[in-house]
Amino acid sequence: MFKIKRNYRENTARRVFKVFNYCFCCLTALLCLAPMIHVMALSLSASKYVNSGMVLLVPKGLQLTAYKDLLAKEQFFISMWISVKRVLLGLVINMTVIILASYPLSKRSSEFAGRQVYVWIFIFSMLFGAGLIPTYLIVANTGLLNTIWALILPGAVQVSNIILLQNFMKALPDEISEAAFIDGAGHWRTLTQVILPLCKPSLAAISLFVMVGHWNDWFAGSIYMQSYKDYPLQTYLQTQIIDWSKTDIEYMDPEMLALKAAQSSTRSAQMFLAMIPILCVYPFLQKHFTKGIVMGSVKG
Amino acid sequence: MTTGAGLTAWQRFRKTFKRDGALHVMLLLPLLLLILYHYVPMAGIIIGFKNYKGTKGIFGSTWVGFENFQTLFQTSGFARALRNTVIIAVWKIVLQIAVPVSFSLLLNEMNSQGTKRVIQSIIYLPHFISWVIMASIVGTILSPATGVVNVLLEKITGNTIFFLGNNTWFRPVLIISSIWKNFGYSTIVYLAALAGVDPSLLEVAEIDGAGYWKRMLHVTLPSIVPTIILMSTLSIGNILNAGFDQVYNLLNSAVMETGDILDTMVYRYGITNSNYSISTVASLFKSSISMILMIISYRLAFRFSGYRLF
Repeated sequence: MFKIKRNYRENTARRVFKVFNYCFCCLTALLCLAPMIHVMALSLSASKYVNSGMVLLVPKGLQLTAYKDLLAKEQFFISMWISVKRVLLGLVINMTVIILASYPLSKRSSEFAGRQVYVWIFIFSMLFGAGLIPTYLIVANTGLLNTIWALILPGAVQVSNIILLQNFMKALPDEISEAAFIDGAGHWRTLTQVILPLCKPSLAAISLFVMVGHWNDWFAGSIYMQSYKDYPLQTYLQTQIIDWSKTDIEYMDPEMLALKAAQSSTRSAQMFLAMIPILCVYPFLQKHFTKGIVMGSVKG
Repeated sequence: MTTGAGLTAWQRFRKTFKRDGALHVMLLLPLLLLILYHYVPMAGIIIGFKNYKGTKGIFGSTWVGFENFQTLFQTSGFARALRNTVIIAVWKIVLQIAVPVSFSLLLNEMNSQGTKRVIQSIIYLPHFISWVIMASIVGTILSPATGVVNVLLEKITGNTIFFLGNNTWFRPVLIISSIWKNFGYSTIVYLAALAGVDPSLLEVAEIDGAGYWKRMLHVTLPSIVPTIILMSTLSIGNILNAGFDQVYNLLNSAVMETGDILDTMVYRYGITNSNYSISTVASLFKSSISMILMIISYRLAFRFSGYRLF
């Protein structure tokens, strides 16, 4: 009898907990999504509502003025095109480098004499960086300044992604590559025709990292490009939405604030457009990507 | 595979090279790029020991020994930047473990797999939005005149707070917005660990009379402790990384006292003021200490969890 009663009491408490837990988790998820929706709502609202801080998640006084104004900003689209080129070029180069480095390093030292030497070269580059200025001087001296290569080559070797992929390759059964070798395939054929097709989940995750990384990076653009005409999108946005809001903080006078409000719809429109590619790629690669992170961080 | 019995050293070498040749060739391009853009710049660190003048070049500038270090350590901004870096980074590290662990435990208590998956997919979305955009969103929401937060605050308390221009509030804003952006990402790792908890352990505990709370405390939590330990040890290497992208995009002259970090200082000296030598010395200081911290953290991770990089 006692046991049944106890169970019953626990169930009530449990039910209350579950309701609260459910609400809490959903609210947290909403809190992660809200800022994106907020920006979209701001970009679609009339400026008088934006001014008074009345717009939350639903646009008020729906209008497309901000997007029309944006069409006049030629540089926004030039920069977006530079970013698109950068993402595609960067994806090809980074993935090539990552694959080429991962396969040899996924071999055991007994199968690949000299592996340990290479491993240390890669690890040390992770532990110690030369710093901003020495790297800048090399990029300048190799003639990359103001070219798209400055955004790609200095960061082409991403050791953390190499580690992810080579761990994935290591986890494949040895018999697979042994069978390929018995069938007469060399390392190149084994890599391209046997190993890579098996690494699809990991490759998908890493491609997502690489693309998002290139799309989101603003720093390389801001130091290696001397003219704003060569800026990739995030660097351009940084000059548009960040530098400007700083002056607003520094000079808190009413006129500046009024100007800010008038422009804030356009700012929001730019921010929202810059987020769209991420929001589009996200659902497709998301599944692979969860696998990819988990595999890389908690192996075994 | 091939044993080298009965062969001379040269024959053995030729044999392994014939076997591994393709592997060396594959590593050629990655290695070339790594050497050019990671190792060659390390030689450029010598400008930290020189009085670098652009017109004279790296080799033509005069040697000054450790003078630049002295100048750096005596700058009042340096101690301030170091202090801010450590405070901001440590808060971020601690919360970046506590929040995801708690949230994954809560999410794990949900029965509906569908809802769980949807929530899981939503919470790591902010991780993929750039700090340029996020900083601007933070600025918009916290704006003293038109931001949502201050509009609400004014209705409730009658006052507004200038969060980004206030030394008391700037660090909390940095820490909270960083956790908000990144906690979902770490949550995935803990959820994966929770999915691996043996259900029979939970059943046994239930038969022994343990309630939901006791089961969580004595079965679920201990089984993800190894993951927590691993993530904590690995984050030791980040004690000097307060997050340049975020801080740079939110920093302004009103909050240098609590918000200026080593990375923004390196940037300011190097790019804004073109004082290459001091900037190089400041980043050398940071990289050296970071390297020691990372070695410690990898050693600990190996000892406690058998973690290996390669």
